Amino acid sequence: MDKIQGIITYINGPVIKAKNMEMFKMREMVTVGEKRLIGEIISIDGDIGTVQVYEETTGLKIGEKIDSTGKPLSVKLGPGIIGNIFDGIQRPLNFIYEKSGGFISEGIGLASIDLTKKWDVTVLVKEGDTVKEGSVFATVKETPLITHKLMIPPGINGKIVYAEKNGTYDLEEVLLKIDDGKTVHDIKMYQEWPVRTPRPVKERMPIEKPLITGQRVIDTFFPVAKGGTAAIPGGFGTGKTMTQHQLAKWSDADIIVYIGCGERGNEMTEVLEDFPKLIDPNSNLPLMNRTILIANTSNMPVAAREASIYTGITIAEYFRDMGYNVAIMADSTSRWAEALREISGRLEEMPAEEGYPAYLPSRLAEFYERAGYVTTLGDDEASVTIIGAVSPAGGDFSEPVTQNTKRFVGAFLGLDKKLAYARHYPAINWLSSYSGYLASLNSWYRNNVSEDMMNLRGEMLRVLQEESKLLEIVKLVGEDVLPDEQRLILEIAKLIKIGYLQQNAYHKDDTYVPLNKQYRMLKVIKLFYEHANEVIKKGIPISKIKSSQLYNDILKMKYSIPNDYKDEFDNFENQIITYFDSLIEAYEG
Amino acid sequence: MNIIKEYMQLDKIEGPLIVLSGVDNAAYDEIVEIKTNSGTKHGKVVQLHNDKAIVQVFETTSGMSVKDVSVRFTGSPLEINLSKDILGRVFNGIGEPIDDGGEIFGGVKMDVNGRPINPVARRYPRNFIQTGISAIDGLTTLIRGQKLPIFSGNGLPHNQIAAQIVRQAKISEEEGQDFAVVFAAMGVKHDDAHYFLKAFEESGVLERVVMFLNLADDPVVERIITPRCALTAAEYLAFNHNMHILVIMTDITSYCEALREISSAREEVPGRKGYPGYLYSDLASLYERAGMMEDSSGSITQIPILTMPNDDITHPIPDLTGYITEGQIVLSREIFQRNIYPPINILPSLSRLMKDGIGEGYTRDDHPAVSSQVFSSYSRVQEVIALSQVIGEDELSDIDKKYLEFGKAFEEKFLKQDFDENRNINETLELAWEILSILPKSELDRIDSKTIDAHYRG
Ligand SMILES: Nc1ncnc2c1ncn2[C@@H]1O[C@H](COP(=O)(O)OP(=O)(O)OP(=O)(O)O)[C@@H](O)[C@H]1O
Ligand SMILES: [Mg+2]
Repeated sequence: MDKIQGIITYINGPVIKAKNMEMFKMREMVTVGEKRLIGEIISIDGDIGTVQVYEETTGLKIGEKIDSTGKPLSVKLGPGIIGNIFDGIQRPLNFIYEKSGGFISEGIGLASIDLTKKWDVTVLVKEGDTVKEGSVFATVKETPLITHKLMIPPGINGKIVYAEKNGTYDLEEVLLKIDDGKTVHDIKMYQEWPVRTPRPVKERMPIEKPLITGQRVIDTFFPVAKGGTAAIPGGFGTGKTMTQHQLAKWSDADIIVYIGCGERGNEMTEVLEDFPKLIDPNSNLPLMNRTILIANTSNMPVAAREASIYTGITIAEYFRDMGYNVAIMADSTSRWAEALREISGRLEEMPAEEGYPAYLPSRLAEFYERAGYVTTLGDDEASVTIIGAVSPAGGDFSEPVTQNTKRFVGAFLGLDKKLAYARHYPAINWLSSYSGYLASLNSWYRNNVSEDMMNLRGEMLRVLQEESKLLEIVKLVGEDVLPDEQRLILEIAKLIKIGYLQQNAYHKDDTYVPLNKQYRMLKVIKLFYEHANEVIKKGIPISKIKSSQLYNDILKMKYSIPNDYKDEFDNFENQIITYFDSLIEAYEG
Repeated sequence: MNIIKEYMQLDKIEGPLIVLSGVDNAAYDEIVEIKTNSGTKHGKVVQLHNDKAIVQVFETTSGMSVKDVSVRFTGSPLEINLSKDILGRVFNGIGEPIDDGGEIFGGVKMDVNGRPINPVARRYPRNFIQTGISAIDGLTTLIRGQKLPIFSGNGLPHNQIAAQIVRQAKISEEEGQDFAVVFAAMGVKHDDAHYFLKAFEESGVLERVVMFLNLADDPVVERIITPRCALTAAEYLAFNHNMHILVIMTDITSYCEALREISSAREEVPGRKGYPGYLYSDLASLYERAGMMEDSSGSITQIPILTMPNDDITHPIPDLTGYITEGQIVLSREIFQRNIYPPINILPSLSRLMKDGIGEGYTRDDHPAVSSQVFSSYSRVQEVIALSQVIGEDELSDIDKKYLEFGKAFEEKFLKQDFDENRNINETLELAWEILSILPKSELDRIDSKTIDAHYRG
């Protein structure tokens, strides 16, 4: 019998309709037309099916055929993912480059990881063993940094009736046969998984550990948790991408999945050029060894932009299932929402707010829900952390994507235009940002940094809040009329803002600062504040404090004291104490 | 063999769209030729439904009737013919020669829609282009292969700035490497087009300029094609002939208005301010055509110009542009009224690529810190000005008075320069030190002490 084919009756950009589709399945992957473009069925109504196409439809004609692939839009998960760069439907961009040159053409066909590549496999099980879903049966050293654990795919449990020995295999070779009592399953080095379905876990666990990023304003003031979610909204040029790149470079995740979703081509090229040269502070190996890139740039087909988010999160979940802590960055989720809007518009669906479809909030929720700290099927503790950039229209946070994202994320790192204009980077606004993880992370900070870390944080944040109130007054009357105690608050706030919150991503040491240095820096500021306060209470004028060399030294301690400091902070603290003691002595004496 | 069918009747004419039925074998996006009493027009297929095709006509549809036409599907997307002979030539908005040089022969045909550059095939831009304009070179440095738009307003001197860049910019530094300027005008006035023509002539680059002109009285819909023709020509010269290309596109606002017109004729769900929801993707399909590629030593640097409606930077056109381009140069009416040329408001201006193209080995080692300091101090100036308007200048503290002085010097000495004043990067940075030295050393909190000691005056 001939395969059933759909017949195209309607073409409107990435959205096409076809008749004769009653045998097709919702969300099935199909090939479209003579060029065999890749598409996905997004609705079926009687015998009419609607397909979103992941490649340009230029040249497509009415009457061309649609073929079933028999499976939903899926990714192939196995060795060869790390260090690679894929398009929105997991086709390696290097493969596309080889096939179509520097410019991407349509009709490339399906491709994913290289199935013919051979890997050294260490097999951990033998014939007769009983295995269950999610358990690790073999390992492959995928990069010098990452051991790729080959797992029994979800849903398969049983007895091994055949097992290969250690050796070199390609991805298509059968390594195990498992008899589950009804069927015998062939297990290879890779598994396939539909991108829109979350991969199962054993159970979700409470959040307790921070994702350490080396960025002071995040780690100290608005921490993101491993397994948590964060949004970085901001107008153009405020630093979303820079912040995401900083997190991709320095955060203490085992695996990074970076999705360039509808953003600039050069930003992906930058990662490709820089990451192989950057050294991970934890492992001393190039960062590319733990990084996976997904790129659907702004000028690539819009439907694949929609898919890229799911491709990314599915890959992240797969590495989580091996027991790794994975962090995923999506830049920008607004472009994904706009892709939803564009497709929805072409489907002539009823728009809700600002033309976005009514299902925008539920799609956002589903995405962020795929983050979490979990026990895997293989009984490991692991996590997926999601950090999404949001690009609000007009820089206005009241628009639907920002507002709906805010409902579903745990930390909100709002970027501020005014700070960016003054080149205060990272331009994270300390008054409007928040982290909902403070309470859950409190004891971690207590046990791993210092008893008083979170208290210090609170005090310094209060200084900043106080400053903002005082600045309202200063705007009307000038600084000179404030009493010295209040002027001191302004000066301390300046120390915090310039000396602490500002962090130069281009400075070789300041780009990443370990937690203990963050803590010591904060303590220095606190110490200075306490002593200065005492001195002012004694009536010593504030000019003595501002003009002291120490004040300037604090502003620059981030550069002058190395990350692997020895006694520099102790000395600094002693200097502060000595300076103020002698100031009081001179004044009283 | 395929017999080319002609269709002699339309169902409907609606604004820039025509609808035909009984069509077979038409392809999405293909070009259609429409013969009417008043000459041949072109259009492209924007939607197909069974035997019905919706065609967007590039020229005006006024005067067209549903009879008296003959429509032919060409079977290919819009292509233009390109060879090196395009240098020095003038084309209309859909790429047809309008000077007296005749057709382009013997070249290659290229689809004006282009195709996305594969990110793995890009080279990251890192080379500084000296424009001779201090505010740009010092603070929003232009990098070869960058897309850096000018956000302007009606009546502001964006054309002069673009002309000055064309005249002074060292687009190509290496010996023997060719450069050219591709100029795309969308809905600009005859005067403005003429201004550029004269400016190119005076800079002696006319024979290296390729012009694509859609003027204010030319068909609106044609504007959608104009930048695509220009960028296709740029890609051809940059990537087939390894030339360094500067593309000037003006006015992006007219381009977007044309898009809005078509979108509303198609009754699409509008996004903000009536602009179509796909405005971002559409603009990206232009701006992302800047850059450099692995297998070529050429480059495309874009300077799009847009006029912000009501000088509003949050309007969708500047907003979406800023989200795609690698920075922006923002002009200010307020500074212009104070008679300062170029009236660049540096605070919202930004060059994202400068970080990799300035500093030691590129411009000068103090450049990154100096520019950061100028931004930070000048933003403080704005606060001081606001305060002085409340309490009066006399009541300001001494340090605030210094900031006012710095602000004035910044605008009068650093920012302000003549239309034909060409400053090299050293002169620009020295000027920056001259004005920064107005402030006490302790205020220079973005620069390390070693650098301060080496350059601070006084
Ligand atoms: N931490 C930082 N250190 C130094 N510079 C920074 C930092 N963050 C941002 N910048 C500067 O700000 C510029 C813009 O940042 P970025 O490209 O990340 O903005 P964005 O918010 O992603 O903008 P868009 O929405 O248009 O993509 C950078 O090119 C860089 O010059
Ligand atoms: Mg960005």
